[in-house]
Amino acid sequence: MGGVARFWREIPQRYNLIGNKCEECGQVFFPPRESCPKCRRKSMGKIKEIKLTGKGKIVTYSIIHVGPEEFEEQVPYPIAIIQLDEGPRITAQIVDCDIHDVKIGMKVESTFRKIQQDGSTGAIYYGYKFIKRK
Amino acid sequence: MENIGIISYGANIPQFRIKTEEIASVWGKDGKIISRGLGIQEKSVPGLDQDTATISVESARAALRRCNIDPQDIGAIYVGSESHPYAVKPTGTIVGEAIGATPDLMVADYEFACKAGTAGVQTCVGFVKADMIKYGLAIGADTSQAAPGDALEYSASAGGAGFIIGKDDVIATINHTLSYTTDTPDFWRRAERKYPSHGGRFTGAPAYFKHISNCATRLMEKMQTKPEDYDYAIFHQPNGKFPVNVAKKLGFSLEQVKQGLLTPVIGNTYSGAAMLGLASVLDVAKPGDHIFMISYGSGAGSDGFDITVTDKIKDLKIENAPLVAEMVEDKKYIDYGTYAKYTDLLYWE
Repeated sequence: MGGVARFWREIPQRYNLIGNKCEECGQVFFPPRESCPKCRRKSMGKIKEIKLTGKGKIVTYSIIHVGPEEFEEQVPYPIAIIQLDEGPRITAQIVDCDIHDVKIGMKVESTFRKIQQDGSTGAIYYGYKFIKRK
Repeated sequence: MENIGIISYGANIPQFRIKTEEIASVWGKDGKIISRGLGIQEKSVPGLDQDTATISVESARAALRRCNIDPQDIGAIYVGSESHPYAVKPTGTIVGEAIGATPDLMVADYEFACKAGTAGVQTCVGFVKADMIKYGLAIGADTSQAAPGDALEYSASAGGAGFIIGKDDVIATINHTLSYTTDTPDFWRRAERKYPSHGGRFTGAPAYFKHISNCATRLMEKMQTKPEDYDYAIFHQPNGKFPVNVAKKLGFSLEQVKQGLLTPVIGNTYSGAAMLGLASVLDVAKPGDHIFMISYGSGAGSDGFDITVTDKIKDLKIENAPLVAEMVEDKKYIDYGTYAKYTDLLYWE
Protein backbone atom coordinates (compact mmCIF):
# COMPACT_ATOMS: atom_id res chain seq x y z
CA MET A 1 0.00 0.00 0.00
CA GLY A 2 3.06 2.28 0.23
CA GLY A 3 2.64 3.03 -3.45
CA VAL A 4 -0.73 4.71 -2.89
CA ALA A 5 0.65 7.49 -0.65
CA ARG A 6 3.62 8.11 -2.94
CA PHE A 7 1.38 8.27 -5.99
CA TRP A 8 -1.06 10.59 -4.23
CA ARG A 9 1.78 13.02 -3.38
CA GLU A 10 2.77 13.10 -7.04
CA ILE A 11 -0.75 13.71 -8.44
CA PRO A 12 -0.08 17.41 -9.34
CA GLN A 13 2.93 16.36 -11.43
CA ARG A 14 1.43 13.19 -12.91
CA TYR A 15 -1.98 14.66 -13.82
CA ASN A 16 -1.15 18.27 -14.60
CA LEU A 17 2.61 18.59 -15.15
CA ILE A 18 2.98 21.08 -12.31
CA GLY A 19 6.59 22.24 -12.23
CA ASN A 20 8.20 25.42 -10.99
CA LYS A 21 10.32 28.28 -12.19
CA CYS A 22 13.23 30.25 -10.77
CA GLU A 23 12.22 33.87 -11.11
CA GLU A 24 15.87 34.90 -10.69
CA CYS A 25 17.18 33.17 -13.84
CA GLY A 26 13.98 31.97 -15.52
CA GLN A 27 14.85 28.26 -15.54
CA VAL A 28 11.87 25.89 -15.35
CA PHE A 29 12.03 22.65 -13.37
CA PHE A 30 10.09 19.42 -13.67
CA PRO A 31 9.71 17.76 -11.27
CA PRO A 32 9.66 20.91 -9.13
CA ARG A 33 12.74 21.81 -7.09
CA GLU A 34 13.04 23.48 -3.70
CA SER A 35 15.68 25.90 -4.97
CA CYS A 36 17.49 26.75 -8.19
CA PRO A 37 20.82 24.86 -8.47
CA LYS A 38 22.30 27.78 -10.44
CA CYS A 39 21.06 30.76 -8.42
CA ARG A 40 21.12 28.84 -5.13
CA ARG A 41 20.60 31.27 -2.22
CA LYS A 42 19.37 34.03 -4.54
CA SER A 43 16.46 31.82 -5.62
CA MET A 44 15.08 31.52 -2.09
CA GLY A 45 11.49 32.77 -2.09
CA LYS A 46 11.61 33.22 -5.85
CA ILE A 47 10.57 29.74 -6.92
CA LYS A 48 7.12 29.97 -8.49
CA GLU A 49 4.82 27.08 -9.32
CA ILE A 50 3.82 26.81 -13.00
CA LYS A 51 1.69 24.46 -15.03
CA LEU A 52 3.55 23.18 -18.07
CA THR A 53 1.66 23.10 -21.37
CA GLY A 54 2.56 19.48 -22.12
CA LYS A 55 3.84 20.42 -25.57
CA GLY A 56 7.32 19.47 -26.68
CA LYS A 57 9.43 17.40 -29.03
CA ILE A 58 11.23 14.09 -28.90
CA VAL A 59 14.95 14.40 -28.13
CA THR A 60 15.60 10.68 -28.28
CA TYR A 61 13.70 7.44 -27.83
CA SER A 62 13.98 3.71 -27.41
CA ILE A 63 11.61 0.92 -28.39
CA ILE A 64 10.98 -1.38 -25.44
CA HIS A 65 10.70 -5.02 -26.50
CA VAL A 66 11.12 -6.55 -23.05
CA GLY A 67 9.15 -4.43 -20.62
CA PRO A 68 8.80 -4.48 -16.85
CA GLU A 69 6.13 -6.86 -15.54
CA GLU A 70 3.28 -4.31 -15.54
CA PHE A 71 4.06 -3.24 -19.10
CA GLU A 72 4.60 -6.68 -20.66
CA GLU A 73 1.25 -6.60 -22.45
CA GLN A 74 2.14 -3.33 -24.18
CA VAL A 75 5.43 -4.32 -25.87
CA PRO A 76 6.78 -3.19 -28.23
CA TYR A 77 6.29 0.42 -27.14
CA PRO A 78 8.33 3.63 -27.41
CA ILE A 79 9.76 5.47 -24.42
CA ALA A 80 11.07 8.91 -25.23
CA ILE A 81 12.96 11.77 -23.65
CA ILE A 82 10.87 14.81 -24.46
CA GLN A 83 12.05 18.40 -24.40
CA LEU A 84 9.08 20.42 -23.22
CA ASP A 85 8.54 23.87 -24.75
CA GLU A 86 9.27 25.43 -21.34
CA GLY A 87 12.66 23.71 -21.14
CA PRO A 88 12.60 20.65 -18.87
CA ARG A 89 13.18 17.18 -20.30
CA ILE A 90 11.00 14.34 -19.16
CA THR A 91 10.79 10.64 -19.89
CA ALA A 92 7.45 9.26 -21.02
CA GLN A 93 5.73 6.63 -23.10
CA ILE A 94 4.59 7.56 -26.64
CA VAL A 95 1.14 6.14 -27.47
CA ASP A 96 -1.31 6.01 -30.40
CA CYS A 97 1.68 6.00 -32.73
CA ASP A 98 3.17 3.14 -34.71
CA ILE A 99 6.66 2.36 -33.39
CA HIS A 100 8.06 2.91 -36.90
CA ASP A 101 6.60 6.42 -37.03
CA VAL A 102 8.36 7.69 -33.91
CA LYS A 103 11.08 10.15 -34.92
CA ILE A 104 13.62 12.36 -33.17
CA GLY A 105 12.30 15.93 -33.37
CA MET A 106 8.67 14.79 -33.64
CA LYS A 107 6.29 17.27 -32.01
CA VAL A 108 4.27 15.69 -29.22
CA GLU A 109 1.70 16.68 -26.60
CA SER A 110 0.66 15.12 -23.33
CA THR A 111 -2.42 12.96 -22.89
CA PHE A 112 -4.03 11.45 -19.81
CA ARG A 113 -3.66 7.67 -19.55
CA LYS A 114 -3.59 4.80 -17.15
CA ILE A 115 0.05 4.19 -16.21
CA GLN A 116 -0.16 1.10 -14.02
CA GLN A 117 -2.18 -0.59 -11.32
CA ASP A 118 -1.52 -2.61 -8.17
CA GLY A 119 -2.90 -5.83 -9.61
CA SER A 120 -6.62 -6.41 -10.08
CA THR A 121 -7.52 -5.36 -6.51
CA GLY A 122 -5.17 -2.42 -5.96
CA ALA A 123 -5.22 1.26 -6.87
CA ILE A 124 -5.05 2.45 -10.47
CA TYR A 125 -2.41 5.08 -11.23
CA TYR A 126 -3.05 7.66 -13.93
CA GLY A 127 -0.69 10.17 -15.44
CA TYR A 128 0.88 11.63 -18.55
CA LYS A 129 1.88 9.89 -21.72
CA PHE A 130 2.52 11.62 -25.03
CA ILE A 131 0.90 11.49 -28.46
CA LYS A 132 1.98 12.95 -31.78
CA ARG A 133 0.84 16.59 -31.91
CA LYS A 134 -2.09 17.00 -34.24
CA MET B 1 -36.27 28.22 -18.59
CA GLU B 2 -33.69 31.01 -18.27
CA ASN B 3 -30.80 31.08 -20.71
CA ILE B 4 -29.20 27.95 -19.31
CA GLY B 5 -27.30 25.60 -21.54
CA ILE B 6 -24.01 24.43 -22.95
CA ILE B 7 -20.94 26.67 -22.51
CA SER B 8 -18.53 24.27 -24.20
CA TYR B 9 -18.08 20.60 -24.99
CA GLY B 10 -15.43 18.04 -25.85
CA ALA B 11 -15.26 14.42 -26.89
CA ASN B 12 -12.87 11.50 -26.90
CA ILE B 13 -12.89 8.31 -28.94
CA PRO B 14 -10.08 5.73 -28.61
CA GLN B 15 -8.10 5.05 -31.78
CA PHE B 16 -8.51 1.29 -32.11
CA ARG B 17 -11.26 -0.28 -34.24
CA ILE B 18 -12.43 -3.81 -34.88
CA LYS B 19 -14.66 -4.66 -37.81
CA THR B 20 -17.94 -6.51 -37.30
CA GLU B 21 -16.75 -9.07 -39.87
CA GLU B 22 -13.58 -9.76 -37.86
CA ILE B 23 -15.62 -10.56 -34.73
CA ALA B 24 -18.13 -12.63 -36.70
CA SER B 25 -15.40 -14.73 -38.33
CA VAL B 26 -14.19 -15.88 -34.90
CA TRP B 27 -17.64 -17.24 -34.04
CA GLY B 28 -18.37 -18.82 -37.42
CA LYS B 29 -21.02 -16.24 -38.37
CA ASP B 30 -21.57 -14.34 -41.58
CA GLY B 31 -20.14 -10.91 -40.82
CA LYS B 32 -21.85 -9.20 -43.75
CA ILE B 33 -25.28 -10.33 -42.59
CA ILE B 34 -24.59 -9.31 -38.99
CA SER B 35 -23.14 -5.96 -40.03
CA ARG B 36 -26.19 -5.25 -42.20
CA GLY B 37 -28.60 -6.53 -39.54
CA LEU B 38 -27.16 -4.34 -36.78
CA GLY B 39 -26.16 -1.43 -38.97
CA ILE B 40 -22.65 -1.51 -37.49
CA GLN B 41 -19.54 -1.74 -39.67
CA GLU B 42 -16.93 -1.40 -36.93
CA LYS B 43 -16.56 -0.33 -33.32
CA SER B 44 -14.02 1.53 -31.21
CA VAL B 45 -11.88 -0.37 -28.72
CA PRO B 46 -10.01 1.15 -25.76
CA GLY B 47 -6.25 0.66 -25.57
CA LEU B 48 -4.71 -1.05 -22.55
CA ASP B 49 -4.12 2.35 -20.94
CA GLN B 50 -7.57 3.80 -21.62
CA ASP B 51 -10.67 3.56 -19.46
CA THR B 52 -13.68 5.65 -18.48
CA ALA B 53 -11.48 7.94 -16.36
CA THR B 54 -9.02 8.72 -19.17
CA ILE B 55 -11.83 9.26 -21.70
CA SER B 56 -13.64 11.52 -19.22
CA VAL B 57 -10.53 13.58 -18.49
CA GLU B 58 -9.69 14.00 -22.18
CA SER B 59 -13.30 15.03 -22.96
CA ALA B 60 -13.31 17.56 -20.11
CA ARG B 61 -9.94 19.00 -21.13
CA ALA B 62 -11.13 19.32 -24.73
CA ALA B 63 -14.19 21.25 -23.51
CA LEU B 64 -12.01 23.58 -21.41
CA ARG B 65 -9.57 24.22 -24.28
CA ARG B 66 -12.47 25.54 -26.37
CA CYS B 67 -13.64 28.21 -23.90
CA ASN B 68 -12.20 30.73 -21.50
CA ILE B 69 -13.64 29.63 -18.20
CA ASP B 70 -11.58 29.14 -15.05
CA PRO B 71 -11.82 25.46 -13.98
CA GLN B 72 -12.08 26.73 -10.40
CA ASP B 73 -15.52 28.12 -11.34
CA ILE B 74 -16.78 24.59 -12.03
CA GLY B 75 -18.88 23.75 -8.99
CA ALA B 76 -20.03 20.23 -9.85
CA ILE B 77 -18.84 17.25 -11.88
CA TYR B 78 -21.01 14.24 -12.72
CA VAL B 79 -19.57 11.32 -14.63
CA GLY B 80 -22.13 8.89 -16.02
CA SER B 81 -20.89 5.44 -16.95
CA GLU B 82 -21.51 1.75 -16.46
CA SER B 83 -17.79 1.03 -16.65
CA HIS B 84 -16.33 3.21 -13.91
CA PRO B 85 -12.78 1.90 -13.29
CA TYR B 86 -13.54 1.36 -9.59
CA ALA B 87 -16.67 -0.16 -8.09
CA VAL B 88 -16.04 2.08 -5.06
CA LYS B 89 -14.00 5.27 -5.61
CA PRO B 90 -15.32 7.97 -7.87
CA THR B 91 -14.18 8.68 -11.42
CA GLY B 92 -15.32 12.28 -10.93
CA THR B 93 -12.56 13.05 -8.40
CA ILE B 94 -9.94 11.98 -10.94
CA VAL B 95 -11.54 14.30 -13.50
CA GLY B 96 -11.81 17.14 -10.98
CA GLU B 97 -8.12 16.90 -10.07
CA ALA B 98 -6.98 16.49 -13.68
CA ILE B 99 -8.74 19.66 -14.85
CA GLY B 100 -7.89 21.73 -11.78
CA ALA B 101 -11.44 22.04 -10.48
CA THR B 102 -10.85 20.71 -6.95
CA PRO B 103 -11.43 21.17 -4.02
CA ASP B 104 -14.55 23.37 -3.79
CA LEU B 105 -16.55 20.97 -5.88
CA MET B 106 -19.54 18.64 -5.78
CA VAL B 107 -18.81 15.29 -7.39
CA ALA B 108 -20.70 12.08 -7.95
CA ASP B 109 -20.53 9.16 -10.34
CA TYR B 110 -23.78 8.21 -11.99
CA GLU B 111 -24.95 4.88 -13.33
CA PHE B 112 -28.13 4.47 -15.38
CA ALA B 113 -27.03 2.13 -18.17
CA CYS B 114 -26.65 4.25 -21.32
CA LYS B 115 -28.26 7.45 -20.05
CA ALA B 116 -26.14 8.25 -16.99
CA GLY B 117 -24.38 11.05 -18.87
CA THR B 118 -27.55 12.90 -19.82
CA ALA B 119 -28.78 12.46 -16.22
CA GLY B 120 -25.63 14.38 -15.26
CA VAL B 121 -26.55 17.16 -17.69
CA GLN B 122 -29.98 17.43 -16.03
CA THR B 123 -28.39 17.64 -12.58
CA CYS B 124 -26.07 20.43 -13.74
CA VAL B 125 -28.98 22.31 -15.33
CA GLY B 126 -30.81 22.13 -12.00
CA PHE B 127 -27.88 23.39 -9.95
CA VAL B 128 -27.15 26.22 -12.41
CA LYS B 129 -30.82 27.21 -12.43
CA ALA B 130 -30.84 27.27 -8.63
CA ASP B 131 -27.71 29.48 -8.67
CA MET B 132 -25.92 26.93 -6.51
CA ILE B 133 -23.03 26.67 -8.98
CA LYS B 134 -21.65 28.85 -11.76
CA TYR B 135 -20.70 25.95 -14.04
CA GLY B 136 -21.32 22.21 -13.95
CA LEU B 137 -19.53 19.54 -15.94
CA ALA B 138 -21.50 16.50 -17.09
CA ILE B 139 -19.70 13.63 -18.76
CA GLY B 140 -21.01 10.44 -20.35
CA ALA B 141 -18.26 7.90 -21.04
CA ASP B 142 -17.88 4.17 -21.26
CA THR B 143 -15.55 1.34 -22.15
CA SER B 144 -18.47 -1.02 -22.37
CA GLN B 145 -18.05 -4.74 -21.83
CA ALA B 146 -19.51 -7.65 -23.75
CA ALA B 147 -19.12 -11.35 -23.10
CA PRO B 148 -17.20 -13.18 -25.85
CA GLY B 149 -19.66 -14.55 -28.39
CA ASP B 150 -22.60 -12.49 -27.11
CA ALA B 151 -24.57 -10.31 -29.53
CA LEU B 152 -23.35 -7.25 -27.62
CA GLU B 153 -19.80 -8.00 -28.68
CA TYR B 154 -20.53 -6.45 -32.08
CA SER B 155 -21.62 -3.15 -30.56
CA ALA B 156 -20.10 -2.53 -27.09
CA SER B 157 -17.45 0.14 -27.67
CA ALA B 158 -15.58 3.01 -26.05
CA GLY B 159 -15.87 6.79 -26.09
CA GLY B 160 -17.37 9.75 -24.32
CA ALA B 161 -18.22 13.43 -24.31
CA GLY B 162 -18.32 16.15 -21.70
CA PHE B 163 -20.49 19.27 -21.55
CA ILE B 164 -19.92 22.36 -19.45
CA ILE B 165 -23.30 23.70 -18.37
CA GLY B 166 -23.79 27.29 -17.35
CA LYS B 167 -25.85 30.43 -17.74
CA ASP B 168 -25.84 33.40 -20.14
CA ASP B 169 -22.85 32.97 -22.50
CA VAL B 170 -24.19 29.63 -23.74
CA ILE B 171 -23.41 28.24 -27.20
CA ALA B 172 -26.67 26.28 -27.04
CA THR B 173 -29.65 26.93 -24.83
CA ILE B 174 -31.32 23.96 -23.18
CA ASN B 175 -34.92 25.13 -23.59
CA HIS B 176 -36.34 22.21 -21.66
CA THR B 177 -35.50 18.75 -20.37
CA LEU B 178 -37.73 15.99 -19.06
CA SER B 179 -37.55 12.23 -18.48
CA TYR B 180 -39.72 9.16 -18.90
CA THR B 181 -38.90 6.38 -16.44
CA THR B 182 -40.31 2.94 -15.57
CA ASP B 183 -38.94 -0.24 -13.97
CA THR B 184 -38.15 -2.38 -17.00
CA PRO B 185 -35.49 -5.11 -16.66
CA ASP B 186 -34.28 -5.27 -20.27
CA PHE B 187 -30.54 -5.18 -19.60
CA TRP B 188 -28.50 -5.40 -16.40
CA ARG B 189 -25.22 -6.37 -14.85
CA ARG B 190 -25.34 -7.94 -11.41
CA ALA B 191 -22.89 -6.79 -8.74
CA GLU B 192 -19.41 -8.31 -9.14
CA ARG B 193 -20.23 -9.72 -12.56
CA LYS B 194 -17.88 -8.86 -15.41
CA TYR B 195 -20.39 -8.90 -18.27
CA PRO B 196 -23.96 -7.66 -18.61
CA SER B 197 -27.01 -9.79 -19.38
CA HIS B 198 -29.96 -8.75 -21.50
CA GLY B 199 -33.45 -9.79 -22.44
CA GLY B 200 -32.70 -10.26 -26.15
CA ARG B 201 -35.67 -9.00 -28.16
CA PHE B 202 -37.24 -7.67 -24.95
CA THR B 203 -34.74 -4.80 -25.23
CA GLY B 204 -36.72 -3.51 -28.24
CA ALA B 205 -40.43 -2.68 -28.12
CA PRO B 206 -41.12 -2.55 -24.35
CA ALA B 207 -37.79 -0.98 -23.55
CA TYR B 208 -35.95 1.20 -26.11
CA PHE B 209 -38.88 2.08 -28.35
CA LYS B 210 -41.45 2.62 -25.58
CA HIS B 211 -39.25 4.91 -23.49
CA ILE B 212 -37.78 6.95 -26.33
CA SER B 213 -41.18 7.38 -28.03
CA ASN B 214 -42.95 8.41 -24.84
CA CYS B 215 -40.19 10.79 -23.82
CA ALA B 216 -40.07 12.31 -27.31
CA THR B 217 -43.85 12.74 -27.51
CA ARG B 218 -44.05 14.34 -24.07
CA LEU B 219 -41.19 16.72 -24.88
CA MET B 220 -42.81 17.83 -28.16
CA GLU B 221 -46.16 18.26 -26.38
CA LYS B 222 -44.51 20.41 -23.72
CA MET B 223 -42.61 22.49 -26.28
CA GLN B 224 -45.55 22.53 -28.70
CA THR B 225 -43.26 21.41 -31.50
CA LYS B 226 -43.38 18.90 -34.33
CA PRO B 227 -40.53 16.77 -35.75
CA GLU B 228 -40.14 19.11 -38.72
CA ASP B 229 -39.39 22.02 -36.35
CA TYR B 230 -35.97 20.53 -35.62
CA ASP B 231 -32.78 20.69 -37.69
CA TYR B 232 -31.16 17.73 -35.94
CA ALA B 233 -32.45 14.79 -33.91
CA ILE B 234 -30.27 12.55 -31.77
CA PHE B 235 -31.51 9.28 -30.32
CA HIS B 236 -29.66 6.76 -28.19
CA GLN B 237 -28.01 4.33 -30.56
CA PRO B 238 -27.40 0.77 -29.28
CA ASN B 239 -27.03 -0.25 -32.92
CA GLY B 240 -27.41 1.47 -36.28
CA LYS B 241 -31.01 0.38 -36.80
CA PHE B 242 -32.96 1.29 -33.63
CA PRO B 243 -32.36 5.08 -33.80
CA VAL B 244 -33.34 5.22 -37.47
CA ASN B 245 -36.48 3.17 -36.82
CA VAL B 246 -37.59 5.18 -33.79
CA ALA B 247 -36.92 8.41 -35.70
CA LYS B 248 -39.08 7.22 -38.59
CA LYS B 249 -41.88 6.17 -36.21
CA LEU B 250 -41.85 9.59 -34.57
CA GLY B 251 -41.85 11.41 -37.91
CA PHE B 252 -38.20 12.48 -38.15
CA SER B 253 -36.25 12.07 -41.37
CA LEU B 254 -32.93 10.33 -41.89
CA GLU B 255 -31.53 13.74 -42.84
CA GLN B 256 -32.26 15.03 -39.32
CA VAL B 257 -30.70 11.97 -37.69
CA LYS B 258 -27.54 11.22 -39.65
CA GLN B 259 -25.15 13.86 -38.21
CA GLY B 260 -25.76 12.54 -34.70
CA LEU B 261 -25.63 8.86 -35.67
CA LEU B 262 -22.20 7.41 -34.91
CA THR B 263 -22.89 3.80 -33.94
CA PRO B 264 -22.43 2.46 -37.51
CA VAL B 265 -18.78 3.56 -37.40
CA ILE B 266 -17.80 3.46 -33.72
CA GLY B 267 -20.32 1.10 -32.10
CA ASN B 268 -22.40 1.79 -29.01
CA THR B 269 -20.47 3.95 -26.57
CA TYR B 270 -23.24 3.46 -23.97
CA SER B 271 -23.27 6.52 -21.66
CA GLY B 272 -21.27 8.33 -24.34
CA ALA B 273 -23.64 7.49 -27.20
CA ALA B 274 -26.25 10.27 -27.22
CA MET B 275 -23.70 12.77 -25.89
CA LEU B 276 -21.20 12.01 -28.65
CA GLY B 277 -24.11 12.37 -31.09
CA LEU B 278 -24.80 15.83 -29.65
CA ALA B 279 -21.09 16.73 -29.84
CA SER B 280 -21.07 15.66 -33.50
CA VAL B 281 -24.10 17.86 -34.19
CA LEU B 282 -22.60 20.87 -32.37
CA ASP B 283 -19.41 20.41 -34.45
CA VAL B 284 -21.39 21.53 -37.51
CA ALA B 285 -24.33 23.46 -36.01
CA LYS B 286 -25.09 27.07 -36.86
CA PRO B 287 -26.79 29.76 -34.75
CA GLY B 288 -30.52 29.16 -34.61
CA ASP B 289 -30.34 25.41 -35.24
CA HIS B 290 -32.92 23.51 -33.23
CA ILE B 291 -31.79 20.17 -31.76
CA PHE B 292 -33.88 17.34 -30.35
CA MET B 293 -32.11 14.73 -28.22
CA ILE B 294 -33.48 11.65 -26.46
CA SER B 295 -31.15 9.33 -24.58
CA TYR B 296 -32.09 5.89 -23.32
CA GLY B 297 -30.83 3.88 -20.38
CA SER B 298 -31.88 0.30 -19.78
CA GLY B 299 -33.67 -0.37 -16.57
CA ALA B 300 -35.25 1.92 -17.94
CA GLY B 301 -35.59 5.58 -18.80
CA SER B 302 -35.15 8.30 -21.37
CA ASP B 303 -34.00 11.90 -20.95
CA GLY B 304 -35.26 14.37 -23.52
CA PHE B 305 -33.69 17.73 -24.42
CA ASP B 306 -34.89 20.59 -26.59
CA ILE B 307 -31.85 22.70 -27.52
CA THR B 308 -31.33 25.85 -29.58
CA VAL B 309 -27.88 26.85 -30.83
CA THR B 310 -27.00 30.51 -30.15
CA ASP B 311 -24.76 33.11 -31.83
CA LYS B 312 -22.11 32.38 -29.19
CA ILE B 313 -21.20 29.15 -30.96
CA LYS B 314 -19.22 31.31 -33.38
CA ASP B 315 -16.96 32.41 -30.49
CA LEU B 316 -16.22 28.84 -29.41
CA LYS B 317 -12.59 27.92 -30.16
CA ILE B 318 -13.68 24.68 -31.76
CA GLU B 319 -10.26 24.21 -33.42
CA ASN B 320 -8.60 23.78 -30.01
CA ALA B 321 -9.81 20.18 -29.79
CA PRO B 322 -10.48 17.48 -32.38
CA LEU B 323 -13.91 17.25 -34.00
CA VAL B 324 -15.90 14.04 -33.55
CA ALA B 325 -15.57 13.32 -37.29
CA GLU B 326 -11.78 13.64 -37.03
CA MET B 327 -11.64 11.18 -34.14
CA VAL B 328 -13.90 8.77 -36.04
CA GLU B 329 -11.44 8.85 -38.95
CA ASP B 330 -8.28 8.64 -36.81
CA LYS B 331 -8.31 4.87 -36.45
CA LYS B 332 -6.15 1.79 -36.33
CA TYR B 333 -7.66 -1.62 -37.02
CA ILE B 334 -6.92 -4.54 -34.74
CA ASP B 335 -7.64 -8.27 -35.07
CA TYR B 336 -9.71 -10.31 -32.61
CA GLY B 337 -6.62 -11.58 -30.77
CA THR B 338 -5.48 -8.03 -30.02
CA TYR B 339 -9.07 -7.08 -29.16
CA ALA B 340 -9.18 -9.99 -26.67
CA LYS B 341 -5.99 -8.70 -25.02
CA TYR B 342 -7.13 -5.06 -24.92
CA THR B 343 -10.55 -5.86 -23.48
CA ASP B 344 -9.27 -8.28 -20.87
CA LEU B 345 -10.94 -11.37 -22.35
CA LEU B 346 -7.81 -13.38 -21.62
CA TYR B 347 -7.28 -14.71 -18.13
CA TRP B 348 -4.25 -16.32 -16.74
CA GLU B 349 -3.09 -16.99 -13.22
